[in-house]
Amino acid sequence: MNPGSWLQNYPHFLEILYLATGRLLSFFDPLVSRLGYDRVDRWLRPAEELSKRVIFDCRMCGQCVLHSTGMTCPMTCPKNLRNGPCGGVRTNGHCEVIPEMKCIWVMAFERSKQMPAFGSEMMDLQPPVNRQLEGSSAWINMLADKDSQLPAGWEEASPRRFIKIEEIEAWKPSLSQTAA
Amino acid sequence: METEFKSDGRLERVLRSGRFAVTAELNPPDSANPQEVYDAALVLSSVCDAINATDASGANCHMSSVAICALLTRAGYAPILQVSCRDRNRIAIQGDVLGAAAMGVCNVLCLTGDDISVGDQPQAKRVFDFDSIQLLRTIKIMRDEGMFLSGRKLTAPPRLLLGAASNPFVPPYDWRPLRLAKKVEAGADFVQTQYCYDVPRLRQFLKQVCDMGLDERVYILIGVGPLRSEKAAEYLRTRVPGVVIPDKIVDRLRKTPKHKKREEGKRICVEIIQQVQEIKCVSGVHLMAYRQEELVAEIIEEAGLLPRPMQPLARDSDPRARPSKRRRANRDGDQ
Ligand code: SF4
Repeated sequence: MNPGSWLQNYPHFLEILYLATGRLLSFFDPLVSRLGYDRVDRWLRPAEELSKRVIFDCRMCGQCVLHSTGMTCPMTCPKNLRNGPCGGVRTNGHCEVIPEMKCIWVMAFERSKQMPAFGSEMMDLQPPVNRQLEGSSAWINMLADKDSQLPAGWEEASPRRFIKIEEIEAWKPSLSQTAA
Repeated sequence: METEFKSDGRLERVLRSGRFAVTAELNPPDSANPQEVYDAALVLSSVCDAINATDASGANCHMSSVAICALLTRAGYAPILQVSCRDRNRIAIQGDVLGAAAMGVCNVLCLTGDDISVGDQPQAKRVFDFDSIQLLRTIKIMRDEGMFLSGRKLTAPPRLLLGAASNPFVPPYDWRPLRLAKKVEAGADFVQTQYCYDVPRLRQFLKQVCDMGLDERVYILIGVGPLRSEKAAEYLRTRVPGVVIPDKIVDRLRKTPKHKKREEGKRICVEIIQQVQEIKCVSGVHLMAYRQEELVAEIIEEAGLLPRPMQPLARDSDPRARPSKRRRANRDGDQ
């Protein structure tokens, strides 16, 4: 068990932390780009790996989607699913592949319900993983725009086009919280 | 839904006509003899609208789904190619889909795939380069935009009806309808569910699905199948991932005398089909009769689903295929 995993019980705190990290990174972006993304990648990678591994059991896929997956690392799913749970989840909510582990998507969905800012991003379609980015720093890839190069036809792919996210029971409580 | 046909297949035409569709799963042979595929298809073909060719389901090695589909189209049957993400990466899958379409396959079912650990070769390497939603979207882009995932153009896009799987019977229950919404957005035209033995749970799921208006965007086929005995039921629900069978049904089989168990299993299946037929947004059933193919015809007959709409199998003689052909002619003319 990773020592920081208890933090995952506070998904709302983590999404704020995510926002803050994002702001901090973009603040330093001009500096980083002057130093060269590749060079900073080498410095930053250990720090990112350590912090994210301790909390999320991060696998360094290099294209972080944590905020869209209930602050739960999708690469810890034995099938590496990035769009939600497979049909093999056991009736007790445990994983098909590792019976003693809780399905990470069952946890992700529960956590997303406590995330007013990003919870409903669970509905967005996650494109195939770019395996070339594996092992590199997702933070730098974000700044260098490497993680957002979608294959054609993947832009804006979300059922939001035809369903009203505000009306979905699961995220209603946390969404109304922000409205209040 | 648009009026233009997406495929040249019979399943799409049956679904669009509003008739209750029937599909059935073919048990793939462990053999290199094509006759075994033809024999299995023969008992299914006259009672269903399309035949599912499974892709090493349960992670057990069998004849490949692409090969089964090739044999089936050669013999004039209408197969549904099942593609799972477990064994092949994106390059192999896109190539297979093109090849299958070239051989006359009109339907593809996109699956995540059962894990390797439940199969007969748990030592194998897991691939899972795609997940089922990424797979669906990729094939949809191949069909609608005429290009590979890389953006490279296809000279002739595949004409396919895209299917997805859904399992309303496992947690997280309130996520399942949302996952279906994602699959519809990704490109699913029809869905086939996991074995249904719990109709109340199914109703609850479908209610949420209809509330989101998904029933107007996707055809829903409910998975059903006969249980041979309580032992078979026990095996299915403990060893096959994602199958849930309520104790009530297992008990009913247990209480049945030995020589009547088969009959009782069949009756349960027919009853479920009849209950499911009553539900408004259900477009059909998908029969999975593992090692009991001979029961499929009886079940479909007893459920009152015969005769199946008989249509000319060869697509050129199908009058309803014309709109799409004209469309292609126009497009060719434009260039
Ligand atoms: S049960 Fe959950 S964690 Fe296990 S393979 Fe399926 S989606 Fe992944």
